[in-house]
Amino acid sequence: MIAELGNFALILAFCLAISQGVLPLVGARTGNERLMATGRSLAVGQLVFLAFSYAALTWAFVASDFSVEYVARNSNLALPTQYKVTAVWGGHEGSLLLWVLLLAAWGVAVAVFSKALPRKMLARVMGVLGIVSTGFLAFTVLTSNPFNRLARVPADGVDLNPLLQDPGMIAHPPLLYMGYVGMSVVFAFAIAALLSGRLDAAWARWSRPWTTVAWCFLTLGVGVGSWWAYYELGWGGWWFWDPVENASFMPWLTATALLHSLAVTEKRGGFKVWTVMLAILTFALTILGAFIVRSGVITSVHSFAADPDRGVFLLSMLAATLLGSLALYAWRAPRVGLGGGFGWYSRESLLLGNNVLLVVACAAVFVGTLYPLALDALGLSKISVGPPYFDAVFMPLMMPMLFLVGVGPLIAWKQADPVETSKQLRWVFLVSILIGIAWPFAMGLWKPLTALGLGLAAWILLTAAVDTRNRMMRRRSQGVGSMLGALRPSFLGMHLAHAGLALVVVAISMVNSYEVERDVRLAPGDTATAGGYEFTMLGVGGVRGPNYDADQATIEVTRNGKPVATLTPQRRYYDSQSDMPMHQASLHRRPTRDLYVSLGERLSGDAWLVRLYYKPYMFWMWVGGLMMAFGGFLAAADRRYRLARERSTVVAEERPAATGRSAGQEVG
Amino acid sequence: MTKRQKRLTLVVGVLAGLVIATALILNAFRDSMVFFVTPSEVMAMTELPERKFRIGGLVESGSVVRADDSAKVSFRVTDTARSVVVTYDGILPDLFREGQGVVAEGWIDTEGTFHADKVLARHDEEYMPAEAQAAIERAGHPPGAGQEY
Repeated sequence: MIAELGNFALILAFCLAISQGVLPLVGARTGNERLMATGRSLAVGQLVFLAFSYAALTWAFVASDFSVEYVARNSNLALPTQYKVTAVWGGHEGSLLLWVLLLAAWGVAVAVFSKALPRKMLARVMGVLGIVSTGFLAFTVLTSNPFNRLARVPADGVDLNPLLQDPGMIAHPPLLYMGYVGMSVVFAFAIAALLSGRLDAAWARWSRPWTTVAWCFLTLGVGVGSWWAYYELGWGGWWFWDPVENASFMPWLTATALLHSLAVTEKRGGFKVWTVMLAILTFALTILGAFIVRSGVITSVHSFAADPDRGVFLLSMLAATLLGSLALYAWRAPRVGLGGGFGWYSRESLLLGNNVLLVVACAAVFVGTLYPLALDALGLSKISVGPPYFDAVFMPLMMPMLFLVGVGPLIAWKQADPVETSKQLRWVFLVSILIGIAWPFAMGLWKPLTALGLGLAAWILLTAAVDTRNRMMRRRSQGVGSMLGALRPSFLGMHLAHAGLALVVVAISMVNSYEVERDVRLAPGDTATAGGYEFTMLGVGGVRGPNYDADQATIEVTRNGKPVATLTPQRRYYDSQSDMPMHQASLHRRPTRDLYVSLGERLSGDAWLVRLYYKPYMFWMWVGGLMMAFGGFLAAADRRYRLARERSTVVAEERPAATGRSAGQEVG
Repeated sequence: MTKRQKRLTLVVGVLAGLVIATALILNAFRDSMVFFVTPSEVMAMTELPERKFRIGGLVESGSVVRADDSAKVSFRVTDTARSVVVTYDGILPDLFREGQGVVAEGWIDTEGTFHADKVLARHDEEYMPAEAQAAIERAGHPPGAGQEY
C-alpha cells in the first residue's frame, strides 16, 4: 500500500513538473503575473510529493518489503539498517528518484533565495527547471519506476552490492547528484537569460553563487568517489580514467571553466556568449554522464542493468537539450554585445587562456571516453585507450594552466603590465624553482616531471600568499582589524580553492613518482619490504561480520625494527554471494604517506598473496579536494551576492564597468 | 596595434593553441590505442606486433599454474577454437575463474607467450567481459556459448 502511495505521489509530482514547465513560461511571455507566480508553488508541491515518494521507498527498504522489485533486488533481511537506508540509491531506479528529489529541492531553493529576482526572470528560471524536471521524471515514471511490484514475492531479497556497503558510498552519490542537479539550475539561469535576451552583469551575479555551490558539490562528489575507490575497490588506485569517472569529470572541467568565465561576465561584462555556452555544455555533459552510466553501454561497478529503452530515452533527452538550447543560442547570441575590451596581458586574457585549456582538456577526455564506445557500437573494431592516453594529454594541458592559476589573481583587469608582474613575482618564481628542484631530491630520486609538478604547486601557494599579504598591507595604516577585514570571503575562498588544487598536484606528483607497489607471497613469519617499511605476516584467521565471513590477515609493520602499525586486511565472503570475495584493505595514514595492505588469495599451504603499497602524500589529495570545495562555499557565501540581491530589484540594469584595480581585485 | 589587429592576433593565437592541442590529442590517441585480438587471430599472426594489445576469451579449465615462491601465475586463454599461454606477475582479479571470461593486456614474445601487465575479469555474477564474449563469437560460436563451456 505504502509503495502504491509512493508511486502515486511520484506521478503527481510528474504532473506538477509538466505544469511548472508550461505555466510560468506562458506567464512570462504574456505578462500574466498570476501565471508567473505559479512557478514557486508548483516547485514546492513537487518537492513535497517527491519527498513523500522517496520516504515511501525508504520505508519499503527498512520494512524489507520484497514485493517491490527494486527492494528485492537491492536489499535482504541481513543487511544492516544503515545500509538499507542507503540502498535506496544503490541501484538505477532509486538513485534516479534521489536525483529528481534533489532537483526539486534545488528548485525550491531557487524560489526561496531569489525573491529579489525580477519576476519575469524568476518565472523563466522556474519554467526551465520545470522542463528539466519533466524530462527526468518522465524517464523515471516511464522506464525506471522503483515501485514496480513482483507477482511472486521472494522470501528474501538478493542483496545490496557488497561494494556499496561502505560509508564512502553513503556520501558519494548524493554529493555527486547535488552537483549534477545544481548544473540544471545554472542551465536554467542561462536559458532564462537567453529567452529574455538580457545577458548582463546582473544575470552573471545571480547565477554565480548557484554555479559555485553546484561546483562545490560536484567537486566533493568526484573527490569522495575517488576516495572510496582508493580504499574500497581494494587495489589502491585513486583514479582509473574509467568511462564512469570521466562522465563526472567532464562536467567538472567545464563547470570549472564556467566558474571563471562567470567572474569575467560579472566583473567586466565580457565573455557573455562564451559563459552561456559553457552553462549549456555543462548541463548537456551531465545528461551524457547519465547516459554513459545508465544505458548499459559500459560495464563497471557503477553501471546498472542494461535496458536499451533507457539509453534511447536519455539520448533523446540529450538531443532535445542540445537542439533546443543551441537553436535559442544561435538566435539570441549574435545580439549580445561583446562587453569590455581587454589587452593581451590582463586578468581577462589569462582567464580566457585557462578556460580554453580546461575545455580542450574536457574535449580530450571526451574523445578518449567516447570514441572507443562509438567504434564498438558501430561494430568497427574494439579498441581501448587507457591511462597512458589521458596522462599524455592531460599533463601538457595542465602545466600551463597551473602556471596561470598563480599569476591570474594578482594582475589587473583590462590591462596589466607584464614588467610589473615579473618584478613583483621574480622572488616567488625563483623560490618555486628551488623547491621544485630540491623537493624531489629529498624524496631520494630526481625526476623532471615531478620537479615541474612540485614547483608549480609551490608557485600557486606562494603567489596566493603574496596576494594575501599585498592586500593586507594596503590597509596597514588602518590597523589590524581593517587588515583582516580586507580578506573578504570571496577572496579567501578563491585562494583556498587554488591552494587545494596545489595540494592535489603535490599528491599526484608524489604518488605517480614515488609510490611503491609489491605483490608478494607471505606465509606466517615471512617479511617483505616496501618503501622502507618491513611488513611481517603474523597469520590469517577467520572473522564474522554482520552479514559476511572474512579471512583476516594480521600484518605487523615496522621501520628499522621499530613498530609502526598492525594492519588487518580482510577478504570478505558475503552470505548473499559467497563465491564473490571482496577486499577490505587496511591502511595506516600519515600526512606524508599511506601504508596500504590488501589480502589476495590463498596459495599452497598457509601462504597468501598480499599487495603492499607505500603511497606518499595521498593525504594531501583528500585535504586538497576538501579545501577546493570549502573555498567554493566560502566564496558563494560572500556578502556581496546577498547585497546584490537586495539591490538588484532596484538596479537591475547592467552595472557600469568596474574601474581600475580596486574594484576588480577579487575573482572569488 | 589597432583594435582590429589585436582581435586578429587573439583569434590567431587561440586557433594556434587549438591546432597544437588537437595534434597532441590525436598523437596521444594513436600512441596509446590498444587493439583487441582474439586467440585465433593471435595464433594466425605472421609478424609480432611491437605494441601492446588485448586478448580475450575464457580461462581454459585446468590451465592455471602458480609459482611456489612468487606471485607469478600462468594460464591459457581460449576462444574455444585456439588458445594462448598468458603469464602474469601479481594478484589476479577476484572473479578470475577457470572456465570463465577474461581479458588480458600486454605483449607477446617470440615463443608465443603473452605477458600480461593487466588482467580484467567480470565484475559480477552475470557479466561476461564484452571482449571475451566477442572472441568466442568471432571463433564461430553462438552468443552464450561461453556459459556452458
